[in-house]
Amino acid sequence: MPAPEYADDSGATALNARGLRRDELRERLALLGLGAPAILLVIVAMAVPVAWLFGLSFLADDGSFSLVHYRRMIEQPSYARIFLATFNVSLLTTAVCIVLGYPLAYVLSQLPRRAANLCLIAVMLPFWTSLLVRTYAWLVLLQRQGLVNTWGMRLGLWDEPLALVHNLSGTLIGMVHIMLPFLVLPVLGTMRSIDQDYVKAAANLGASPTRAFWTVFFPLSLPGLFAGALIVFIICLGFYVTPAVLGGGKVIMVSNQIASDIELFFNWGAASSLGVVLLILTLLFLYVASRLTRLEHVLGEGGR
Amino acid sequence: MTTRAASVPITIRGVAKAYGTVLALDHVDVDVRSGEFLTLLGPSGSGKTTLLMVLAGFIRPDRGSIRFGETEVIRLAPHKRDVGMVFQNYALFPHLDVTANIAFPLKLRGVPAADIARRVEAALEMVKLAGFGSRRVNQLSGGQRQRVALARAIVFEPRIVLMDEPLSALDKQLRELMQIELRQLHDKLGMTTIYVTHDQREALTMSDRVAVIADGRVMQVDTPRAIYDHPASRFVAKFVGESTFLKVETVGGECRCAGVPLEVASSPAAGGAMVLMLRPERVRVGDGGRRDGHNVLEARVTDVIYQGDTYLVQAVLPDGGRISARGIASAAALGRVPDVGDVAPFGFDAQDAVLVADGAG
Repeated sequence: MPAPEYADDSGATALNARGLRRDELRERLALLGLGAPAILLVIVAMAVPVAWLFGLSFLADDGSFSLVHYRRMIEQPSYARIFLATFNVSLLTTAVCIVLGYPLAYVLSQLPRRAANLCLIAVMLPFWTSLLVRTYAWLVLLQRQGLVNTWGMRLGLWDEPLALVHNLSGTLIGMVHIMLPFLVLPVLGTMRSIDQDYVKAAANLGASPTRAFWTVFFPLSLPGLFAGALIVFIICLGFYVTPAVLGGGKVIMVSNQIASDIELFFNWGAASSLGVVLLILTLLFLYVASRLTRLEHVLGEGGR
Repeated sequence: MTTRAASVPITIRGVAKAYGTVLALDHVDVDVRSGEFLTLLGPSGSGKTTLLMVLAGFIRPDRGSIRFGETEVIRLAPHKRDVGMVFQNYALFPHLDVTANIAFPLKLRGVPAADIARRVEAALEMVKLAGFGSRRVNQLSGGQRQRVALARAIVFEPRIVLMDEPLSALDKQLRELMQIELRQLHDKLGMTTIYVTHDQREALTMSDRVAVIADGRVMQVDTPRAIYDHPASRFVAKFVGESTFLKVETVGGECRCAGVPLEVASSPAAGGAMVLMLRPERVRVGDGGRRDGHNVLEARVTDVIYQGDTYLVQAVLPDGGRISARGIASAAALGRVPDVGDVAPFGFDAQDAVLVADGAG
């Protein structure tokens, strides 16, 4: 921001102008100083490794520059299948999270604050236990001789043990369980910020509770739902442990392929190129989504 | 929309609502006449908004009866009551434009699209916002939002309109303009209107009658003039307008203040402690205060406050009571104002000296 030009900005009439400008500059530098450790951390722990991997992905096994890893990704249909599976699993997880999470968030938003916070702790509790523990817990519950199958058969709900794990459904159950709080929290935040007077006004104007929900409350909660779904989807794209443990080798996502490229084949170039492509696809997706959310902002403010 | 909508009387009987041990509404009885503009006036926490919310159906009272015309509505859901309401914060739907906001109640009532367009246009014209239909709510100023909220509340021609401090967010000049406009609109459409405010001047300006509410009870329901000139209690006198109170002895139909006999508007009622209420603008200070056959009290001036359009002289009587006089701040009048420390005569007419019950407050 350029300093404004005053007609008398010279000599004795420029009272303290120079000193005041210096104070302003010092304040900004102090602020920058506060942010410096975080900026340094991001550079060392994030920017440098990403750049390094980016470089690796363009090196052939003999160390020369080549596009061999990218060419392989295009030529071998198995890679396309992996990317498709990744987006497929992420989309399904997001959809199930919305179906389960939106009503949950709605109930929480309508409860008195204290009761809602207690329930929220119940939602968050699994969030605070190890992801690996939770994933193996699902394995125990869902396997052929697991709790779910034993009880289901004892209650006569089904006769044969259901294949609940080592497949897509097992992966989805595990991922939805892990991702649900990421959807509920932003949706709940948005719902809580919706002024109750909007719903009251709708009722006063003649809308039944159902009509008031769909014509007023739901549209106003959409920004939160959109944000939550986006977070869930993006995080799902990089999932590794859950599909590895609960997918039983049938659900291979990009992260699983990256792991096997490194662990089995020591092919850092192939792994890096997968990472780069996934990152680019994610950024592309985020860009499109952000255009859509901006549209959302134009369409309405989402309460106050 | 130039035809007058049918209006109905509202009968409120024994409406009570308790929050824990606190009675927010203490068996309220009010009769609102058909087509009347009635204001619920009270300090914050008095229960006036609670009563309005009970009328709209958003608060479920513990007991009582509310009739719109002949219909009992106390157990009717809000969306079936068919009353228009203007919320304090307007509650305009932020995801809809102005037209869609105003069309909202019409769509719910299954009005044909062509009629909706025509009626929305008419409503916008009525609140002087023609041409603003495609604006977003967040592109409107406070005053414009207020008008849209009003248009939305009247577009479906409800027989009853409720308003919850609709002007409190506006600046003073706009508020005074809107007071007049709201009142004109009411006179044009003729619906029964209940208006909540804590601003006594607003209540006096706009209303056919004012109901003063405190501690969940109706203290007095009367015309603005009667409320101001003959408040039923010390509380009402204090809350509506400026007032000073003088301790008086009432002996055998005669009224004395600090030993001086006074002529008052009404003869003192038997029993019950009474105080004499004076409106400062009806008290004259200085030699102009001395007139034949009128009340005069001598008091020592403690403060002279210049307030632009008027000045206020505060003084203390020999018995420790306080009296004030307010005058138009013309140059001539200011020249005659006594100095602080002077003992000056304070005069007032008999019909402006009102005895009121010395209740709490």
